[in-house]
Amino acid sequence: MCTFGPMAKLPDFFDEMYGRGTEPRAPYEAYAKWFGGENNARLLEKSAEAEALFRLIGVTFNVYGDPDASERLIPFDLVPRIIAAQEWAKVARGIEQRVRALNAFLHDIYHRQEIVRAGRLPAEMLALNDAFLPEMIGMSPPGGIYTHIVGTDLVRTDDNEFYVLEDNARTPSGVSYMLENRETMLHMFPELFSKIRVQPVSQYPRSLRRSLSGCVPDACSGRPTLAVLTPGIHNSAYYEHAFLADQMSAELVEGHDLRVVDGRVAMRTTQGYHPIDVLYRRVDDDFLDPLTFNPDSMLGVPGIMDVYRAGGITIANAPGTGIADDKAIYSYMPDIVEFYTGEKAILNNVPTHRCSEPDALKYVLDNLAELVVKEVHGSGGYGMLVGPAASKKEISDFRKKLESNPDNYIAQPTLALSTVPILTEAGLAPRHVDLRPFVLVSPQGIEVTPGGLTRVALSEGSLVVNSSQGGGTKDTWVLEE
Amino acid sequence: MRLTVSHRTHYTYDAPVPYGLQQIRLRPKSRPGQIVEDWAIDVVGGQVEVTFEDEHANTVDLVSFAPNQTEIQITCRGTVDVENMAGVVGHQSGYVPMWLFQRSTALTKTGPLVQSLIDDVTRSDNALETLHGLSDQILNRVPYSTAQSSSELSAEDVLREGRGVCQDHAHVFITVARALGFPARYVSGYLMMDDRAEQDASHAWAEANLPGLGWVGFDISNGISPDGRYVRVATGLDYRGAAPISGMRYGNAVEDMTVSLQVQQQ
Amino acid sequence: MLGKTAGGLFWMFRYLERAENTARMIDAGLRISLTRSSAAESEWTSILSSTGLRAAYHATHGTIDGPQIINFLLRDPANPGSILAGIETARENARLVRTALTREVWEAVNECYMVLKTTLAHPIDDRDLPRVLQIIRQRSAYVRGASHGTMVRNDMYNFARIGTFFERADNTARILDQKYYILLPSVRFVGSPSDNVQWETILRATSSTRAYQTLHEGENDPRAIARFLLLDRRLPRSLAFCYGKISENLGYLEHEYGTRHICHELVSNICEKFKADDMNAIFEYGLHEFIGDFLRDSASLGRQIEIDYRFSE
Repeated sequence: MCTFGPMAKLPDFFDEMYGRGTEPRAPYEAYAKWFGGENNARLLEKSAEAEALFRLIGVTFNVYGDPDASERLIPFDLVPRIIAAQEWAKVARGIEQRVRALNAFLHDIYHRQEIVRAGRLPAEMLALNDAFLPEMIGMSPPGGIYTHIVGTDLVRTDDNEFYVLEDNARTPSGVSYMLENRETMLHMFPELFSKIRVQPVSQYPRSLRRSLSGCVPDACSGRPTLAVLTPGIHNSAYYEHAFLADQMSAELVEGHDLRVVDGRVAMRTTQGYHPIDVLYRRVDDDFLDPLTFNPDSMLGVPGIMDVYRAGGITIANAPGTGIADDKAIYSYMPDIVEFYTGEKAILNNVPTHRCSEPDALKYVLDNLAELVVKEVHGSGGYGMLVGPAASKKEISDFRKKLESNPDNYIAQPTLALSTVPILTEAGLAPRHVDLRPFVLVSPQGIEVTPGGLTRVALSEGSLVVNSSQGGGTKDTWVLEE
Repeated sequence: MRLTVSHRTHYTYDAPVPYGLQQIRLRPKSRPGQIVEDWAIDVVGGQVEVTFEDEHANTVDLVSFAPNQTEIQITCRGTVDVENMAGVVGHQSGYVPMWLFQRSTALTKTGPLVQSLIDDVTRSDNALETLHGLSDQILNRVPYSTAQSSSELSAEDVLREGRGVCQDHAHVFITVARALGFPARYVSGYLMMDDRAEQDASHAWAEANLPGLGWVGFDISNGISPDGRYVRVATGLDYRGAAPISGMRYGNAVEDMTVSLQVQQQ
Repeated sequence: MLGKTAGGLFWMFRYLERAENTARMIDAGLRISLTRSSAAESEWTSILSSTGLRAAYHATHGTIDGPQIINFLLRDPANPGSILAGIETARENARLVRTALTREVWEAVNECYMVLKTTLAHPIDDRDLPRVLQIIRQRSAYVRGASHGTMVRNDMYNFARIGTFFERADNTARILDQKYYILLPSVRFVGSPSDNVQWETILRATSSTRAYQTLHEGENDPRAIARFLLLDRRLPRSLAFCYGKISENLGYLEHEYGTRHICHELVSNICEKFKADDMNAIFEYGLHEFIGDFLRDSASLGRQIEIDYRFSE
């Protein structure tokens, strides 16, 4: 593999820089030309510089279950992922359609459940689902919005093939990486941005503020007070919580800063309690209110659900939205999109086998070595099996887990995830990527930030991009028209 | 029948309570067969923060303790006209899907004792008959007694103890009814006992949803369906969902509670 | 501003100041052990007392031993009051109040932590100690500089300043509390080596040797030293100076919020005692008693500020 020429690649996969050939694809032309004039050693130095910068800023995360590895950096690769404007336009339209359907779906399942009555979704999908919150039944959130912030995970398999992997409708994280990655690239390679026109992402915090302010509760008078609820400095995404609060001029609060005062949820300030209108919470449903949910939770606010139902506060995202990113519900997404929008889904869904169904289970057990098997309610890449990459023993161990609790799993074919080159000592080398675009929903409309967070599996051949499993990130460029 | 209710719950603490909240489900609603003429809740030692409707359409008051209180008192007074509907409450309204009433909760979980009761139920084609039979069977196995070991027993625990109060009866009934395929729920309310004005505590019974009839009440402890002496106040999947008063508080103070309740015919 | 944020800023700056003060004390102790080995043991003991860590030290270590104490004060994992632990706590507080800090202040604190974590990863060799102490002072000065240069002068800045001066005054008072007897007018062994050592320690531990000599033309006089550290408003570590600043910053808060609290009364009572600028009166009242009163009053003030501005529930 040489530094400047086209690189050797894995033949079966679509590479976003070189397609299936050896010449750069159109969106990468200008970048490839620039890269050709660069020196690999200098770029590696830049890479170290970027890492030092991230560490200084404190863009770090904690790994669950590993007390010694506190504050790790997510590796940053400085080769951008580049998407053409017209490619992006279709993706954005598809995401918008999907997110609109999700909100309609959430409203429906917490009200008349027309989709169940119409026979398009079995009632068990809701009845047996812990993410369905009875406490939300009959509740219409302020502004009618359930998922104010969505992260739609996409993968690409070919020139025009995008698949949705999952709809993160609870509290999607990673947007601070998207923003910091761009800042870092602007800082390190200003000349690139004068040569190549990239759609900006820096408006995100302002848009978030505007979008949340568009959903104030009835009780709000005057300029809305926003706050970000964090589980605290030991949470893996604390940096992001602080970052977003800072960027949108909201207070960063923890459960113990809040209490119900005069019918509102109020924060303890140096001058007494001050009511909050919109709470962007980064605390899971179960911990949100010890009075209504988990009574042992120290992270939430006792009584907040009562104030919410009484119209005293907006909680973003609404409690109970997790059901929309459940992997079993996911398998119904094409129907859900069609049911609520009257249109065919623009983006592909990955064909999904629900192991709760005997035929599907049999198929999955027979084809474990070719499939990706995931926990229905899992996230973060934990507890999953990537058949083609697993050893015989891993497969047979997983088989036992699957057989003992099939309802807990779904299986999907292994997708030929596209690759984007990363910078290595030996020059460019292809690695698999996914993409998490960030979507803001308000009564004024749906806003998809151009690009999003590209996650990259850093080890050769790996398909697991999660940061908790050794994945890294890249800046994502959507080119101007 | 016109009933007047006066219900006072008085909590005392052996140390000041720095902060506490209580959810109060003590507002009966007008509905077919039950007209609430007037009703008022008065809180001493705390304040009502918000009033809202929960998912079962119960009107709930969230009360906060005044800082460092050692007592708090909640009083409800009102007049309700009740008609004898022979326990028939009517069809489900609102958004709660019927399957929710078949979900088991911590207090309505099936164990071996519940299972043996389920196996023993005499099933008839007439659902009413089956459930009245179940009601009798429960009272038979679990005679009424206020001497249980805990105020929150699961259906299985109740059968193990072999005695219980209305709440315990209702939990066993709900658990078995659900297992038999009937959506079922817990009801908290008031009962005017014929022989006295002074009642020990508020009452509880169960409702099951029967094909054609909709919701029908079963007061297991008294072996009848609710009549004109019953005021229906709140419903839920179990006691926790319909409890008259439930809450949380900070600190280690020990709580003591006294209830004074009068239900009288006017 | 959240009460928690006010508390976080207050404590962040207290911990930074404390780490810096501990570094000064190590410097003073080191100097004595190098120049007057006979006095070393008692000096180290008094330094441990001034930092409030004497009991903690004896819980894990037997004898008074210079290198061991230096290691204890710098980085010993068994010492929750070590400089490294203090900087770590300062940074935890900085993370807690991240949204109240400018990027420059955050980066200065974070870098301070990262540098010290590396520097203090292993015991420090005698030869490296001066350099390490220099790094600590310098890093903490960077944070102060970044705060001074970039923070908006609002309530957040006021709480940061109150934390700094509160800790600094406390530190000066604790040193004096350990050494008051050698500053008493009744005890005069002028010129005796023991006295000079003790005075020197006091001045070094407060980084005011040079300032004292400039302002007092090189005359070492215990009375003048006492006056200098207690009452001289030109010295940024004197009690009068620090309390002037605390009072000023609490005053800004009173003005900004439009509310006068109990802490405002307490601080004005403390300042009152420095107003007369009369060292004779203090000696007459008793230097030891005066400092004892001060430490008690300042502890009450600290608690009251926490209550008045709702640092916690």
